[in-house]
Amino acid sequence: MAKPKLAVWKFASCDGCQLSLLDMEDELLAIAGRVEIAHFIEASRAVVRGPYDVSLVEGSITTPGDAERIREVRDSSEVLVTIGACATSGGIQALRNFGDVEEFARMVYAKPEYIATLDRSTAIADHVAVDLELRGCPIDRRQLLEVITALLAGRRPNIPTVSVCQECKRRGTPCVMVTKGEPCLGPVTHAGCGAICPAYGRGCYGCFGPMETPNTESLTRWVGERGMGRRELKLVFRTFNANAPAFREESERQESGR
Amino acid sequence: MTHSSRALSVAALARVEGEGAMFVRTRDGVVEEVRLDIYEPPRFFEAFLRGRRYTEPPDITARICGICPVAYQMSACQAIERALGVEIPEPIQLLRRLLYCGEWIESHALHIYLLHAPDFLGYESAIEMAKDHGPIVERGLQLKKSGNEILELIGGRAIHPINVKIGGFFRAPTRAELRPLAERLAWARDAALETVRWVAGFEFPDFEQDYEFVAMRHPEEYAIARGRIVSNRGLDIDVAEFEEHVVETQVPHSTALHARLVERGTYMAGPLARYALNGEQLSPLAREAAAEAGLEAVCRNPFRSIVVRAVETLYACDEALRLIEGYDEPDRPSVDAPPRASVGHGCTEAPRGILYHRYAIDEEGLIAEARITPPTSQNQAQIEDDLRRFVEPRLDLPDDELTRRCEQAIRNYDPCISCATHFLDLKVVRA
Repeated sequence: MAKPKLAVWKFASCDGCQLSLLDMEDELLAIAGRVEIAHFIEASRAVVRGPYDVSLVEGSITTPGDAERIREVRDSSEVLVTIGACATSGGIQALRNFGDVEEFARMVYAKPEYIATLDRSTAIADHVAVDLELRGCPIDRRQLLEVITALLAGRRPNIPTVSVCQECKRRGTPCVMVTKGEPCLGPVTHAGCGAICPAYGRGCYGCFGPMETPNTESLTRWVGERGMGRRELKLVFRTFNANAPAFREESERQESGR
Repeated sequence: MTHSSRALSVAALARVEGEGAMFVRTRDGVVEEVRLDIYEPPRFFEAFLRGRRYTEPPDITARICGICPVAYQMSACQAIERALGVEIPEPIQLLRRLLYCGEWIESHALHIYLLHAPDFLGYESAIEMAKDHGPIVERGLQLKKSGNEILELIGGRAIHPINVKIGGFFRAPTRAELRPLAERLAWARDAALETVRWVAGFEFPDFEQDYEFVAMRHPEEYAIARGRIVSNRGLDIDVAEFEEHVVETQVPHSTALHARLVERGTYMAGPLARYALNGEQLSPLAREAAAEAGLEAVCRNPFRSIVVRAVETLYACDEALRLIEGYDEPDRPSVDAPPRASVGHGCTEAPRGILYHRYAIDEEGLIAEARITPPTSQNQAQIEDDLRRFVEPRLDLPDDELTRRCEQAIRNYDPCISCATHFLDLKVVRA
């Protein structure tokens, strides 16, 4: 039986999520024995033509050319998995969505006319159908391994959709909000990292994006009562998942003063 | 065979971090144009940092690069701490150096084994190489993992660590927590020594260039996270003087800016530069390994950068062990760093070379202006220069072979295109 063909695609991103595949030092060669790595430019010159059984897509859509390219990737892929905050929400570069991209280009480049860019950074799912999303900035490589293993076995991957709070409790970390009054996005943030930040004594900063139906209003009220102003609260939700709807709406609510 | 008119092009350079292309055009055996096209989409970090809190750049700028996030965190911290006039106690500085060693090991092992070695041995990828050289690739992966274990323990995770803050760390590890790391690193040091011997046996094209090498230098250590910026042609400046000496220009074919030294031109940053300028500060074990590998005090053949990278990997393992051995838990994991209106500059040695940051902060602690110059944009003009000189005497090679060799020449620099835009397809046009 032919091995399933795996492809890895990059859009606007830092390369960190696809690096997670190469960071599976114990499993990489075993995976390469089970799948044909057919398109993975960061790791190989050899490119095998599609169609592909599984495509992992990193990065967000920020240029007219990329908006076209993602359609070609979708057309050549049986299963399309987006990996990381850029692909699932637009990433940190989606901060342009709240500003003026021409102004941004003028700040960085002397000749902004050479730069082809869209005025918004958007998630892959805003452009094409996505079969599965892996959250995180960066993704957790154990979750990536679970996705690859599950797809090879033909079962659904076990990717919890609960909050970071639940992982934190399971880890036995004392709550940083309760014990230190530290602002923490754990109650509204999608699980998957293993609740690293609280274990290091800092509040969660939401790099896995919003959980399902997060109560951001309740959280911001709690934090606001302990002294954080609206301008700072706005910034708290405007980081690596700024364009994820629940975080975007909360930051806009803080900005408008509602 | 005549080559009156010829073009080579690679539309998507493989085994580099990020997206780039290469284009070479020749006419009558003379190279007319060499371009590294960087088409990685721009992400505008310097723009959206404006208005953010002064405490945020370590977390935000880490996201410029998934391969060297610690470099971004360290340059950002240094710049902002200098702006605020905060002195970082020695134990915290040493812990940062240990974290940085982890990134050097991880990034160098990735480049040596997975990205560059396949060029020397004639494979398309390390995964293909593993079919014939399984134990060697396994060794490389485990070496890389050793670096990642440092990052995970001290940083919280390998990619975009969470434990670094302005003033120090959120939490400092205990001596007992570091102990298992030392056992792993003792193995890694042996593996790194084997790595130096392995890559020293590769065949290298005869290609020596007279570079201006630019690196950090510190009187007491092989500079990584602190020091002055120096060159082999007399540059010796404080980090704050960087922009007076380095000019960045924009070219139409790149979303990365090109850096040059004022009135002097291109220069090289990275392992060859560090080795040339600071090689005598390497540990005895690393110096012996370099000598055994046939490296002289200065290496001007960029293809041998893989050997120097291996020597630096060995050094980073050795140094990490030394730092763990002498580790004193800091009294507090961080020092206070209240905001004030100020400007600060930071520069540290990312695995690919010096990485410069500047921030202007207002009295409320908001970022008023940010400037970031990554190593790949500093090396980009030098890479094009190398390609021009490398291609001309080799125009008798067939297109696919010449293209392959040009890609290898580009990978000598371990270019990180994600960083540079904040790189590559090869195209050779022979006309």
